[in-house]
Amino acid sequence: MGKTLSEKILSAKSGNNAGAGDIVIASVDLSFVQDTTGPLTVIQFRESNLKKLASPERTAVFIDHAVPSPTRALSNDHLVLRQFADETGAIMSDVGEGVCHQLVAESLARPGDVIVASDSHTVTAGGLGAFATGMGSSDVAVAMGLGKTWFRVPESIQITVAGQFQRWVSAKDLILHLIGRLGADGATYKALEFGGDGIKEMTMSQRFTVANMAVEAGAKVGIFPSDEVTKAYLVDQGRGTDYQPVAPDAEAVYEQTIQIDLDTLEPIVARPHTVDNVALVRELKGTKIQQVLIGTCTNGRLDDLEIAAGILKSKKCHAGTRFIIAPASRQIYLDSLEKGYFRTLVEAGATILPPGCGPCLGLHQGALGDGEACLSTSNRNFKGRMGNPKAFVYLGSPATAAATALTGEITDPREVV
Amino acid sequence: MLRGKAFKFGDGISTDHIIPGRHAHLRSDLPELAKHVLEDADPTFVSRVGEGDFIVAGNNFGLGSSREHAPLVIKMAGVSAILVKSVARIFFRNAINLGLPVLVCDTDGIDDGDELEIDLSAGTVRDITSGQKLTSGKIPQVMLHILNAGGLIPYIKKHGDFKL
Repeated sequence: MGKTLSEKILSAKSGNNAGAGDIVIASVDLSFVQDTTGPLTVIQFRESNLKKLASPERTAVFIDHAVPSPTRALSNDHLVLRQFADETGAIMSDVGEGVCHQLVAESLARPGDVIVASDSHTVTAGGLGAFATGMGSSDVAVAMGLGKTWFRVPESIQITVAGQFQRWVSAKDLILHLIGRLGADGATYKALEFGGDGIKEMTMSQRFTVANMAVEAGAKVGIFPSDEVTKAYLVDQGRGTDYQPVAPDAEAVYEQTIQIDLDTLEPIVARPHTVDNVALVRELKGTKIQQVLIGTCTNGRLDDLEIAAGILKSKKCHAGTRFIIAPASRQIYLDSLEKGYFRTLVEAGATILPPGCGPCLGLHQGALGDGEACLSTSNRNFKGRMGNPKAFVYLGSPATAAATALTGEITDPREVV
Repeated sequence: MLRGKAFKFGDGISTDHIIPGRHAHLRSDLPELAKHVLEDADPTFVSRVGEGDFIVAGNNFGLGSSREHAPLVIKMAGVSAILVKSVARIFFRNAINLGLPVLVCDTDGIDDGDELEIDLSAGTVRDITSGQKLTSGKIPQVMLHILNAGGLIPYIKKHGDFKL
């Protein structure tokens, strides 16, 4: 019997012939923490008597959620993390470098890796063909010290993608469509495994967007096979030797198969307060929006900013709408400067934040007022998410976000370009 | 045997309901953080919950963030077990890793304020108020070992490794 991508990777990393439902101990190729979950990881690591990291060169500490720090307490949390990295030899990524998941994609994740980290959007690296999943501080502390963790091998849902994105429809619309079909717990404990001719044309950035939100359907991982696009990305990042082909067996057994035809997709948003509460953008025409956010680990990459700049070139944002941009990494920031996207966007009225998680989790920057609504390219719209339980968050693509910034109400990008 | 009162919540209680990101600056001051547990779902919960009481909820409890602070503040509030129809993956692992039991069972028949008695080893729940008896689903053996050790860190402290 053939194996899914998840079964193949967990078999290789556990030394077992692993199938869905089995419990395995798998070696961990990369573990990392960020600044809101890392300090507790440090406490648990010390408490567990695990004195050394299993592999410091494959352990990373990211300061990305509260950057630059807005409060003394968070600054002190950052000190704890810097000291931990210093003592253990872990890779340290400090203020201004960017969001952990983007930096892991750029520099650390490899096809076939098992990756665990104390952030739920660790699934992003599934775009590269890694079995990457979020865990809590205790699990990650132990994985850092032992270099392994336990997994229940997930059943897989095969997502077969056909066709091509229509103009102004993108990966965000694809994943929102899928979450709408599955529901917010439709893939709990399971793997979402993407395949079909439609993914061959998808860029790495698009694959990261899709994988990033797998957790919003409850999935353990969202994983793509690696291919020529993956290889070209890694070569471009100066690490072509990290490439290896990973693919499911032809006779792999899936719990179910879902077909998606990209040709028929339209711009979609998730309405407050759940990610599966989706609607077509055109159905929400007229919904007033006080803030637009483009950025985060979901959609803060160069192509996302290029789309926004393309829509807003020589135009002005709506006067009643604040437009905020948080690039996902320093490299993206620099590239956006060089290509002129930031000039275009700032001229249109945007405020550029430092690379980081920014307003996404409501910790600082761009917190919403009572009754206000935000159209965000991030991945969560839970009640209270952006700093205020009396506010409303809609999730959409960078094109929808830019079109909405222009008009001040939820707008289908196809109407303004 | 655990005994306490049921505090009933609905479906889709997220980690942002349990402890939102706007309180992240309090994560290094856990007693202060714990004062905000579940405030976006029920602002009165923290003042009413007592030692040993239970959270009873619907589907997909704990969806969202990997923050272990979510089950941690629930445990600090005195809650001795969580009863749900279904639970999100990371939250489930995190709760067990902190020694906080999560029982998956049909919670529809339990009302807010009901007195419950839970036998963890048998996986049974008795609603003393209604007289109803429930059986919870089995959790994987590895999680039982971790739970019985009082959590993952005490387990690793004791064994130094995973012993399956």
